Amino acid sequence: MKKIEKLEMVEISKYFHTTRANYKVSFSIESGEILGLLGENGAGKTTLMNILYSLIQSDEGEIRINGETVRLHSPKDAIQRGIGMVHQHFMLIQNHTVAENIALGFEEAPFFFPAGHVAKKIEEFSRIYGLKVNTQEKIWQLSAGEQQRVEIVKALIRGVDLLILDEPTSVLTPQESKELFSILRRMAGNGHSIIFISHKLEEILSICDRVLVLRRGEIVGASSVQSTDKRKLARMMVGRDIIFDFEKEHIERGPLILEVKELIVPGDRTERAVKGVSFKVYKNEIFGIAGVSGNGQRELIEVITGLRRASGGSILINGKDITNASARLVSDQGISHVPEERIKFGIVPNLFIYENTVLKRHHNKRFSKMLFLNYQTIKSHAESIVKDFQVTAPSINTPIKNLSGGNIQKLILGREITGEPTLLVAAHPTYGLDVGATEYIRRQLLERRGKGIAVLLISEDLEEIFELCDRIAVMFEGEIMGILPTQEANIEDIGLMMAGSRK
Amino acid sequence: MKLRIRIDHRIDASPSLQVTVLLFSLLAGLFTVGMVFAASRVNPFLALWKIFSGSFGSLYGIKETITKAIPLILIGSGLALAFRARFWNIGAESQLLMGAICATWIGLNWGPRLPGPIIIPAMFLAGFLGGALWAMFPALLKVKFGINEVISTLMLNYVAAELLTLLIVGPWKGVTQQGFPYTDDFPASATLPLLYGSRIHYTTLIIAVFACVLLFMLIYSTKFGYELRVIGENIEAARYAGIDFMRNTVIMMLISGGMAGIAGVGEVAGIHHHLTYPQAISSGYGFTAIIVAWLAKLNPIAAIASGLFFAGILVGGDAIQISLGLPAATVQVFNGILLFFLIMGDFFLNNRVILSLERKE
Repeated sequence: MKKIEKLEMVEISKYFHTTRANYKVSFSIESGEILGLLGENGAGKTTLMNILYSLIQSDEGEIRINGETVRLHSPKDAIQRGIGMVHQHFMLIQNHTVAENIALGFEEAPFFFPAGHVAKKIEEFSRIYGLKVNTQEKIWQLSAGEQQRVEIVKALIRGVDLLILDEPTSVLTPQESKELFSILRRMAGNGHSIIFISHKLEEILSICDRVLVLRRGEIVGASSVQSTDKRKLARMMVGRDIIFDFEKEHIERGPLILEVKELIVPGDRTERAVKGVSFKVYKNEIFGIAGVSGNGQRELIEVITGLRRASGGSILINGKDITNASARLVSDQGISHVPEERIKFGIVPNLFIYENTVLKRHHNKRFSKMLFLNYQTIKSHAESIVKDFQVTAPSINTPIKNLSGGNIQKLILGREITGEPTLLVAAHPTYGLDVGATEYIRRQLLERRGKGIAVLLISEDLEEIFELCDRIAVMFEGEIMGILPTQEANIEDIGLMMAGSRK
Repeated sequence: MKLRIRIDHRIDASPSLQVTVLLFSLLAGLFTVGMVFAASRVNPFLALWKIFSGSFGSLYGIKETITKAIPLILIGSGLALAFRARFWNIGAESQLLMGAICATWIGLNWGPRLPGPIIIPAMFLAGFLGGALWAMFPALLKVKFGINEVISTLMLNYVAAELLTLLIVGPWKGVTQQGFPYTDDFPASATLPLLYGSRIHYTTLIIAVFACVLLFMLIYSTKFGYELRVIGENIEAARYAGIDFMRNTVIMMLISGGMAGIAGVGEVAGIHHHLTYPQAISSGYGFTAIIVAWLAKLNPIAAIASGLFFAGILVGGDAIQISLGLPAATVQVFNGILLFFLIMGDFFLNNRVILSLERKE
């Protein structure tokens, strides 16, 4: 089939229920071009690209390749026509080798020993594009960056001309991102077209030739990267000026709240996911733990909040040992928890909003009498959270799953803060939220720090870490690489520590 | 022209839509059942009419329907509780049998010595405990070792049935039953009074209705019910919220199994007055009640209505066996098809299906 010289999406519209995910979106991309697709979460970037990759069908509009209208019914059609996509969450089989994963579903692979045949081809591609992959390793042994490379090779080997990358840097260290960018540049040099989805302005500016800005499903701006800057893009993306620097007032830290000593925690598959970690968090302080996900942060949080058992070391809150206490006991000790993957852990989607506002605390005297729940106080409690934390909801009698991600997170934060905790553990609190909600959540965290809460913040977002934290620790492979006061830290050092060098 | 089918996720289903979907599921189910009748060369309308008139069309039919509804309501509301917590209790049949066995033991050993007002509550209590303890095993196996409850509860059905058979052909075999594998008949003090001119053992019926109301309150207004719903809807959130999965699951199964145990007491003390073959004590009530709970949308009070509905099908099914000469398995087919369509109906509550015609260029 003829190579894609020019691809156009024309007047694409897509509706979900009553919301407009995309509305009359038109753009084109030519071979050798890197096109940035910028927008807040929920702006419709991924939907648009899923339409191009034919994971979903548009309601209106058409796709043209080299000027000719094409009808793609499934990702298989898309790949055959030369369109590939690397998703934010990799679609790889953990227990298979790299070669087996790439051979899977690859039509040119022979029936017998497909992986062996494919291995040669993989090495060829690796050489051309500088994609280092070991074909014999199992996927679970690979880092996120390596898995991403496998996904890219998987697309290239299928003869893809146009590659869509959905938030590719969200799982990478700054150094790995640089590597990815050089691979992408080589691909573009070889005549591939690349669509790069991101909500990070710097990345778009550093890698793309042109950028499209999506807001509420519509294209609100298009420009070459030379003729724009961060502030202009941000204004287009959000629809108003946003402040990049929070004013963080200096506060003297108070007494010691949380002390973690030589903590050892088993992982799901490994014997040790956290290998002897020690740190202290004080009152009026935001203590940040940076690092790429999967380096023991989740296990560390789970142990502190009573969801996992430590195999060694201890955790003290206000001097009291709570190592391996139950989740309820930990919560009763004044430790609040804003969990990662808020929908999976933080709420019960089918229950009403008011029922969700007492998750963890329904057994408190305030909300229950003997065996029964006091729905009257629960409802007024819910009303006040919705009001105080600016949650946009039709009513508290709605299932919480009908709220947007930002509003769910505001509600969770509200629920966790109104308990007047001594320590707030916040895991990726703004992950996947739009700029408005992100700003709000960050302000709330700073405000609570002022009011005397100790905050343990776990985040992959270095911007967030630098903005909010008083001290920054970096985790790598279950260990803390170093703890720096924010004033003394710079982003390069933190990046290197994220990749395993000690400070 | 080409027909295009699109499936979108539906966010909220209005109450009127829920009722519509329910009615359509039932209608579609009845239509399919009608096809089965037609395939057996029986006029489907006649067969459905006979089922209806057999169960609700005469005083005798109504009395029989209520009699059969008693175990279905008891078990169905108990299963509603278990299914709320996403615990797939397929073992109500055996929990019923264990309830019957325990009640029999009390009835035979203590019946001759104690008056009715003491022996009857004692039998119900023993039956509840029997069902509860039998249900506790799969609950413990699940929370302690992660053993799938579908398998364990299902397999325990066979164990309980064989245990019961062993008792009635062996140690408990009655001396007055002329060699039949029954226990001796219960003394009068250990049998339940019947509504005049029927087989309705109203004591059990009252317990059933009362229990449905209690279970409804348990689910919607207690801490325990809240925790169960959180566990059922999102086990990860339950863990995060510090809800004790083990404790709640075990207590829930004690109640769910206990309800089936009470149904077993009603059957032996109200109908048979002795322990007999497993198939005679329960004609698959434990399984039919799964559909009862499902049709009631896991609402214990609605289980009263859906229990009556399925009891009607059982009674009407007996009627068409005789009048139309259809095999006994017809009722099972009937129930199976209805459950199938009820579950399919849920798909339409969670998704919107959009049909459109597309012009081919």
